[in-house]
Amino acid sequence: MGAQKKGGARVSDDSEEQSRQRLQAILLADSFTTKFRPVTLERPKVLLPLVNVPMIDYTLAWLESAGIEEVFVFCCAHSTQIIDYLETSEWRTHPNLVVRTIESHKSISAGDALRYIYEQQTETSQIQGDFVLVSGDTVSNMPLADLIQEHRERKKRDEKAIMTMVIKKSKPSLITHQSRLGTDQLFIAVDPLTKQLLHYEEDKVDHARGSVCLDKSLMESNPSVLLYNDMQDCYIDICSPEVLSLFEDNFDYQHLRRHFVKGVLVDDIMGYKIFTHEIGSSYAARVDNFRSYDTVSKDIIQRWTYPYVPDINFGGNRPVKLGRQGIYRACDVVQSRSADVGASTVVGYGTKIGNGDRILNSVIGNGCSIGSNVVIEGSYIWNNVTIEDGCEIRNAIVCDGVRIRAGAVLEPGVVLSFKVVVGRDFVVPAYSKVSLLQQPMKEDSDEELEYADSGSGTADRLSGLSLEMESKGSELGPDGAGYIWEVCEGAHDEEWKHSVAPIPEDKLAEITQAMDDYDDMEDESVVPTSGELKSDADSINTDVNDPGDDYGYFEKEVEGTFLRAVEEGIKVELGVLEINSLRLSYNMESADCAGAIFYSMMKLAVDTPHSSASELYKTASSIIAKWKGLLGFYVKQTDEQIEVMMKFEEMCQETAKELGPLFAQILHVLYEKDVVQEDAIMRWAEEKAGADEADKVYLQQCETFIQWLKEASEEEDEDDDEEED
Amino acid sequence: MPDVQSMVLEFVNKLRKRKIEGSQATARCTVELLRSVISHHRVPHANQASALIDAVKAVGAQLVAANPVELAVGNVVRRVLHIIREEDLSLATAAVAGFDLLDASDDDEDVNGKGIGYPGMSAAVVAAAARSTLRPPSLQTLLEGTPESATVPYTSSSGADSESKTADKSSVTRKLKHDVIEGVNQLIHEIAGCHEQIAEQAIEHIHQNEVILTLGSSRTVLEFLCAAKEKKRSFRVFVAEGAPRYQGHLLAKELVARGLQTTVITDSAVFAMISRVNMVIIGAHAVMANGGVIGPVGVNMAALAAKKHAVPFVVLAGSHKLCPLYPHNPEVLLNELRSPSELLDFGEFSDCLDFGSGSGSPLVQVVNPTFDYVPPSLVSLFITDTGGHNPSYMYRLIADYYSADDLVM
Repeated sequence: MGAQKKGGARVSDDSEEQSRQRLQAILLADSFTTKFRPVTLERPKVLLPLVNVPMIDYTLAWLESAGIEEVFVFCCAHSTQIIDYLETSEWRTHPNLVVRTIESHKSISAGDALRYIYEQQTETSQIQGDFVLVSGDTVSNMPLADLIQEHRERKKRDEKAIMTMVIKKSKPSLITHQSRLGTDQLFIAVDPLTKQLLHYEEDKVDHARGSVCLDKSLMESNPSVLLYNDMQDCYIDICSPEVLSLFEDNFDYQHLRRHFVKGVLVDDIMGYKIFTHEIGSSYAARVDNFRSYDTVSKDIIQRWTYPYVPDINFGGNRPVKLGRQGIYRACDVVQSRSADVGASTVVGYGTKIGNGDRILNSVIGNGCSIGSNVVIEGSYIWNNVTIEDGCEIRNAIVCDGVRIRAGAVLEPGVVLSFKVVVGRDFVVPAYSKVSLLQQPMKEDSDEELEYADSGSGTADRLSGLSLEMESKGSELGPDGAGYIWEVCEGAHDEEWKHSVAPIPEDKLAEITQAMDDYDDMEDESVVPTSGELKSDADSINTDVNDPGDDYGYFEKEVEGTFLRAVEEGIKVELGVLEINSLRLSYNMESADCAGAIFYSMMKLAVDTPHSSASELYKTASSIIAKWKGLLGFYVKQTDEQIEVMMKFEEMCQETAKELGPLFAQILHVLYEKDVVQEDAIMRWAEEKAGADEADKVYLQQCETFIQWLKEASEEEDEDDDEEED
Repeated sequence: MPDVQSMVLEFVNKLRKRKIEGSQATARCTVELLRSVISHHRVPHANQASALIDAVKAVGAQLVAANPVELAVGNVVRRVLHIIREEDLSLATAAVAGFDLLDASDDDEDVNGKGIGYPGMSAAVVAAAARSTLRPPSLQTLLEGTPESATVPYTSSSGADSESKTADKSSVTRKLKHDVIEGVNQLIHEIAGCHEQIAEQAIEHIHQNEVILTLGSSRTVLEFLCAAKEKKRSFRVFVAEGAPRYQGHLLAKELVARGLQTTVITDSAVFAMISRVNMVIIGAHAVMANGGVIGPVGVNMAALAAKKHAVPFVVLAGSHKLCPLYPHNPEVLLNELRSPSELLDFGEFSDCLDFGSGSGSPLVQVVNPTFDYVPPSLVSLFITDTGGHNPSYMYRLIADYYSADDLVM
């Protein structure tokens, strides 16, 4: 790019310096998500084969041919595997592309990674100017040189234009409001003239209403705004060095879009701007989940990614020959005459296909051996897999070294991780994920960090567990090996959304039905996907973060803190300090804190072993007595006190039913200890008076207490009156 | 000194990424690369020809594998191999024959002004000798009439040449490489000049007030038409646009810039227009040994239309496009499927490509082939840099350029 002409607005040597700049890219070889678990516990995502070629090769080949000269590969999880792979691949000795690796194990998000790079940067200053920021799972064939040039020129005109984001037109599904890649529908607002990004709304858009909230000031400051809902974010960004320092300044930026882009858009003190670039005929997509793995694989087979297709050797891969009907077959495949290999199929080197097999829309890796009368449809079979006679595999992902014994059936959406053995005639249920490693317990997996990827540490710890498995019977039939992972709570209904399997007919019908219902009853807020989302349906327009989930995490954190405080006998003041910091980091109200603390206290009481209700009452009241200072810190307002009572009520109804009969007694204790004041109780009673019968259970329980309170207050009033007289 | 290996890698890389397009550009890059491979190759004293052949073959195999659909690469590699074999033979014959002519050699050298430093005969004689020994007798060689000195049978010289070999060993070593490079330079020259060579014949084929139809874009065709125009022939050109890449549009632009009457038509209108056309001229991507042509997609349709209306179908091809392989050879990759984005707008069709619903299998398939194959029976005439040829003669012409040993690499 040396000879590009620069508009000589700036000092000449500056522009010369810029034109001499090497084109650099930062490639994040870690997605910082857990979407590809359990597979990513054993191998980093960027090395997973996409149509028999590791994903990172697509990204590197594209960067190389787009004219990038130097790539910094940021490795986090399984960094040694990635570095080893790059060492042995042809990228090491590539004439045009220098691949350097940066290793850090501490990073748990893209934000951390960029902060780490920034820190390194101050020492070595390797990154000299604008750079391309991509993730190692990007498949694209778009040209970059012109785009970088455009970005640089814009930057020269406007210091604040720090990033150019690549978007591509792609219509979301009308029914599920999902993009082809399985991500949520994206709403963006763009200035039609300058292409400046004005609004970015990726998730939690109210699908049923199809509405999106824009800031009013947006309309005031811009004469026209283009709002798109058919754009796909390619996660390819051209960034100026300011981006790195912005991450450094805002230590709480984790996610590139959710935090960084939104942060930049909201912040008008610095006034930084993000611009968009729509690509026309080129292809760009990111493999973000199993659904996009399926979609991108099919796009590659359909040659949208040309020249990064299986019959061209683009990055050290062995090309396979393309036949009719889009069948790619390696030259040494042994295929029985009676086998039927259908359209859009890839078969790798050294694979044997037995008699009467039916293979359709699938990718089969190298060195697989497939017995006779096997049906494989829409599946991804990786390398060295053995499939015995009569198996049926539909819409599944089968990793390296798996053995599927005769007659086994994989239902749609199954993911078999490395070296799993499926027993004879065993039916693996739909959407199950199977691994030799046991599912990490929720408590230890740092659930609050949804970005936490499989740190290599986790894998090591887990591999120890797998030894135990030998002794006990397998979950995959008597001669099988592997654990079926339980689907995470809440994600159960969502499983089909991100799976390799197409969305089942009945689900689609269900959603369509839900949408029709919604049209009938405008007043009822119907959330089409699942009931679980209800909690945030109310607040959907006020808070862009997912409050329901955040509150859950927050509550857990508070509980942990509280339990530690109880165990270690930490002073009340220190406890307040800790909880305050939690409150700030989760951006919670003090009412939320009060609720969470009270919840933890009651939970502790319930969890403490007790034989009778009276004993439970005693423990509870002693805990309240001991920690009322902590709770008292957050219940200074009547509203907060009401929140505590609501929480208590909720607990009695749902989680800790044992507390139900004690409701009135404990309320009394709270009153006595000055945690809850009379006003609050009265107001609570008033609010509840209008509720359903079912909700009134506790109100009735407390009736005498409330009555007493009322009388007391009247008396007091009278006393006051008397005194006044 | 540039590192040859890295040059090879870079070129392989470009071929793989399909960054070089057009057979002439590819052929030129290939032959220039091979020249530097040869010039940087250290030849051993014994058996140098085979060492050179091995070196070129090794590089050639890499290049062919990088883009098997670009047949010009393989053609040029085979041509270079053929040159090495030829030069080796001619040296061997010259070493024998040159003994007798040693007295006269000094004068010859001065006259030729070549300064090679090796005695012998004029270059023409050496070449003819080499050709006659290497090739099976053909019509062309018979007509050329080989000089006396060159007819010394190579086989009979085995006993006599021991003396000469010892005498000239060192000079022979240097000479072979030198001669080969000289030959490769000639090949470069030939490839560079093939357009002019072909264009020179234009005047014999295009007549006043004719209508010419062409499809897609080809430099050779452009030069050919312009040459006729320069000779004050006035004619009209129909350009079929060549969807989906629409290279016909570019050709039309160029033609108009040179002052030719041009009409752009869609590919599907070819049949409708063919009755007004006097001749179809197209540029080939490659010419197979059987006289079949690989050309831009849509060419077969144009050829069939021409056949139907008895319009001559003329194919222009530089000698680097003549491929010694037959289209039925399994290792020949005749076509390449490019990205569907040239046909469809991804954004518009993205909902048809949503694999999340329905059966999960793509219902819309897009096939975007780059090339078409025209069987020899549909071709009326080939015009190469050596003149016009009948399709049935192509195998013979091709045999002149390649050694049978190199067909399979």
